[in-house]
Amino acid sequence: MLILECPYCGVHAEETELHGGGEAHLTRHGPESSDQDFEGYLFQRENPRGVHFERWRHVHGCGKWFHAARCTATLEVFGTYSAQTSEPPQHIRDRISAKRPGWSWRELA
Amino acid sequence: MSEPVSALNAAAFDGLAHVQEAGLHGMITLRGDHADADFAQAVADVAGVAMPDQREVVSGGDTSLIWMSPDELLLLCPYAEAGETVTKLTEALGDTHALAVDVSDARVVFTLTGTHIRDVIAKLAPVDMSPAAFRPGMVRRTRFAQVAAAVWLRDDETAQIICFRSVAPYMFALLCNAATPGTEVGIF
Repeated sequence: MLILECPYCGVHAEETELHGGGEAHLTRHGPESSDQDFEGYLFQRENPRGVHFERWRHVHGCGKWFHAARCTATLEVFGTYSAQTSEPPQHIRDRISAKRPGWSWRELA
Repeated sequence: MSEPVSALNAAAFDGLAHVQEAGLHGMITLRGDHADADFAQAVADVAGVAMPDQREVVSGGDTSLIWMSPDELLLLCPYAEAGETVTKLTEALGDTHALAVDVSDARVVFTLTGTHIRDVIAKLAPVDMSPAAFRPGMVRRTRFAQVAAAVWLRDDETAQIICFRSVAPYMFALLCNAATPGTEVGIF
């Protein structure tokens, strides 16, 4: 069972109270972009065994979107943080580094 | 004018807990930034109670202010006063980026009373109902089986559950089933 703390209402919400929103920190490319960028935005997703960053929505609670950093292999949650950011905050990265030295995810490490 | 009628006409059930459809309540949804001093002041002035902290409820007389999210409140008041209160709120909020809407007829309130209410709620919602984690005066938006709801613990033996009126019969059936006599779990 996956339990994530909603950073907006402080609730430790169980997975069924949330809705997964896919991979986090995507850069949106629109009609003016190159075909390659647009294809990457639409279709290319990470599918790691280990550290992963995701978007979640507290759908049966405050209704807010937030980000979560977790391990897909062990379901360990490294932390949740605001949706209003384009990259994970330093304290989340530090926590991941402490538990998974040498981790990498896309261009992050 | 037609007579307003509550969703289940005050249906009641006696079991592990007493389940009661609580009749007509005035309910006003307020959207606005709680951290905005103008918003907080306008709401507190009209409601006559202080702004609640995160996941808490502040009550005074027959008015309660329920924390719903960082930018949403639910104001409970007598049914007949809801329309007038919305007008007052709209005036008091002025140019503040905020919204007050009367949702009295779109929601239904259930009251759960008895010593086993924590058992009954814990069977239906993924919420830690231990007395240490969920204390009187707290509110939690969650799901009850398949429908969204908010549960407010008034005191150790009274809880109020607010959900959409369209799912009132489903919620009543759920609560009655979870309160079937002889099904106490007894861990709280």
